[in-house]
Amino acid sequence: MKSAPFDYIRPKGVAEAIAALKQEDKSVSLIAGGQSLLVLLSLRMAPVDLLVDIGRIDELKTVSETSTHVFLGAATTHAMIEDGGVPDPSRGLMPRVASAIAYRAIRNHGTIGGSVALADPAADWPACLMALGATAAIRGPAGERREAVTDFVQGMYTTTLQQGEVVLGFDIPRLPAGARWGAAKVTRKSGAFASSMAFVIERGDGAPVRVILGATASHAQPMPAVAAYLSQHDKIDEAEIRSAVAADLDVVDPAADAYQRRNHTATVLRAIREARA
Amino acid sequence: MLTVTLTINDDEQTHTIEPRTVLADLLREQCGLTGTHLGCEHGACGACTLEVDGKATRSCVILAAMCDGRSVRTIEGLHDDKIMEVLRRHFHQLHGVQCGFCTPGMLVMARDILRRHRTPSEKTIRHELSGQVCRCTGYANIVAAIGAAGAELDRDTGA
Repeated sequence: MKSAPFDYIRPKGVAEAIAALKQEDKSVSLIAGGQSLLVLLSLRMAPVDLLVDIGRIDELKTVSETSTHVFLGAATTHAMIEDGGVPDPSRGLMPRVASAIAYRAIRNHGTIGGSVALADPAADWPACLMALGATAAIRGPAGERREAVTDFVQGMYTTTLQQGEVVLGFDIPRLPAGARWGAAKVTRKSGAFASSMAFVIERGDGAPVRVILGATASHAQPMPAVAAYLSQHDKIDEAEIRSAVAADLDVVDPAADAYQRRNHTATVLRAIREARA
Repeated sequence: MLTVTLTINDDEQTHTIEPRTVLADLLREQCGLTGTHLGCEHGACGACTLEVDGKATRSCVILAAMCDGRSVRTIEGLHDDKIMEVLRRHFHQLHGVQCGFCTPGMLVMARDILRRHRTPSEKTIRHELSGQVCRCTGYANIVAAIGAAGAELDRDTGA
């Protein structure tokens, strides 16, 4: 289907984009790669009066690194992460995640900032960045703020992003040598939306173990019972992990049916096995 | 209405478009380039795949306005391309075509696969091709044709 009519502008910088978002009588949306938003527009699921194209703003492509962190600008594409075109703070996790997002033609345009800002429940980056302990950098009319991705994403297509705010990028802590990670997702065919995804990260430097479940009915969330079990047990017992998963699922995806609970249990177990392999 | 200038198959062109016009509609309806096929019009089938700035792109989920100043190459613009010549021949010989609707997108994506993976395994081809929907062939002959084209190109470049 063709989308309903809308206006389109392409501001030269972030300040101009923020100013353009301040049109209270209109439904205004940012667009970067457009690989999710243009689908929603074509299906006429998201009414928009004005698209503000931020996909070519240089500041949003900023990439920088320190000894402890890598900052990826919001307009970094999945393909750039897949191909190693930007520094990898995650010892191979992020390139692998990127390579399994949708299809190459989508990955050439879709951006990490767009993925997190849209907050589709089945998106890979919100869950992955939560597991890595990343922080979002956001700028709006009132200035700049920083917020952990775990707090930034609040529900299905829901974030703390306020009208007029733009995600600048993500500050991602480097995994230290010896860190262990595992990731798994279930899709009905490669590249399709996930039915479940799980990330396990054990940094091994005293930081808490992180276990994140994505593709729930609402949004990616930590699984504290599983994380606590892993942090207390070097030798793991599958039956005990299954109990911990069941306890967490009652909280993070309470409406999941038996099939969906099996999907979630499978991805968590696979991610743990990979991390502990 | 918006005015955009973009390079289409090496030819710089200026067009006046509605902001909502996707690249595929500009090419088909204003440029007469109907080799780009529109199947689903929402990024699910891959039929409209072409290249923007040298990168595989679904032309139904990119606005023509977003391509202002960029370079677009369609299946028509790949007529004399070496990889495409080899791919076309193997698609023909191994019968990687039935109705032909998905074929332009398949060929563009196949070329992209061979540029990124020199001699891809069947598993790699199937993974990389999973975004292209074909309702006729069952994919087996398409996968075989891409593998055969990769092998021939690899021999020709004397690796």
